[in-house]
Amino acid sequence: MKKEKKKSNYLRAIGAVAWKDLAAELRSRELLSGMLVFSLLVILIFNFALELDAKTRTSVTAGVIWVTFVFAGTLGLNRSMAIEKDRGCLDGLLLAPVDRSAIYFGKAISNLAFMFIVEIIILPTYSFLYNINLFQPGLLLVILLGSIGYTAVGTLLSAMSVQTRTRDVMLPILLFPVIVPVLIAAVKASGGYLQNLPLDQILPWINLLIVYDVIFIAISFMVFDYVVEE
Amino acid sequence: MNSKPTALRTLDIISLILLVIATYLALVFAPTEKVMGEVQRVFYFHVGAAWVGLLGFIGAGVTGIIYLKTQNLKWDLVEQAAVEISLVFFFIAIVLGSIWARPIWNTWWTWDPRLTSASIVELIYLAYLMLRQGIDDPDRRARFGAVYTLVGAISVPITFLSIRMFRTIHPVVIGSKSAAADGGFSMTGDMKIAFFFALFTFTVIFIDLFWNRIRLGQLEQKVEQLKLKVME
Repeated sequence: MKKEKKKSNYLRAIGAVAWKDLAAELRSRELLSGMLVFSLLVILIFNFALELDAKTRTSVTAGVIWVTFVFAGTLGLNRSMAIEKDRGCLDGLLLAPVDRSAIYFGKAISNLAFMFIVEIIILPTYSFLYNINLFQPGLLLVILLGSIGYTAVGTLLSAMSVQTRTRDVMLPILLFPVIVPVLIAAVKASGGYLQNLPLDQILPWINLLIVYDVIFIAISFMVFDYVVEE
Repeated sequence: MNSKPTALRTLDIISLILLVIATYLALVFAPTEKVMGEVQRVFYFHVGAAWVGLLGFIGAGVTGIIYLKTQNLKWDLVEQAAVEISLVFFFIAIVLGSIWARPIWNTWWTWDPRLTSASIVELIYLAYLMLRQGIDDPDRRARFGAVYTLVGAISVPITFLSIRMFRTIHPVVIGSKSAAADGGFSMTGDMKIAFFFALFTFTVIFIDLFWNRIRLGQLEQKVEQLKLKVME
């Protein structure tokens, strides 16, 4: 009975941290609007940089949408941790009598929610602009798995980068080399769905994404304490 | 502490002598490879350097974990030494590999698992050094460094695997028979001597540099402490 209560407390702490971020964001809409406009601009730039005509589109769409998500994602990750640090909220959170990993999971969930909102708006926009149907269940699964892996590592590393002197520059430099596997697997799997490849050619990449997600959620869970320790 | 220990001095000299012998073995003693010609001689030092880079990479990951467990700053020194050595030797391996790849693969660079993984290790370790530079508090610097090397140590093998799921053209010289088409070859007896001697030499050089770098780190710490004392 007691153990069950402890568990529900932990989950409630996670929910509280995530809800706090979402509520703050719903009122200010600073972060989401920034991420959204930024990702629309990235797509616009890609349109001219790559000349996305009908022929190139089929082969590069997966790459373009993932680069857009990754870039917009760093913007969001940076901002969501910087807010905590600047106004001393992080110290307040750390004083709360909950396990520190609950803070990590709360932050990760709110970051993931922001990514999803951006993705939900970018996908139809892209489909509309380039006449490609991006709403396939398989593709959405890949985007889900890829975003989870990305935010799992990103939340951990952004908690580190905001505590350094050159923080805005630091996050992408730390994050990009370690998310290469996510990017490769996500681009390959999304490309596979867009080109209607048979499932047995896509499945290995989805497995890779799942393995990456599990490993890095576990690692972040274990080391987050060391990152926020004073 | 202040003067260099005799054992380390001896090791310095031994590694120098070994390096001279290994150079001789690789450039003169080993027979010229029939198909590739003289450029194949790069191979002995290329593998040696990559081997040292790998040792440093593994060492950094392991000491990162040990540091997080013990919180003893001594391990932070060891980790930093391993990272720096790995950074330099992977770079040497990449440069030597490119010299070989130009005539054999007809390109300086290709996105093969080993090449890509080695260059990603380089980027991760550059990021690591930049991360450390941005933090003043030594404990926090050590903690963040350890966490980041740990994340890197786990993500690089996954990267390697994921690129391996494409096809690779990097030759597997040892334990493979079908690599001949991509510039692989089988070693004769004399080649094996040169090869294993080069590996041995680079391992000794690794230990020597590692030791020197750790000692340098200890001296750095001492200087910092003395500085703080003077300021008080």
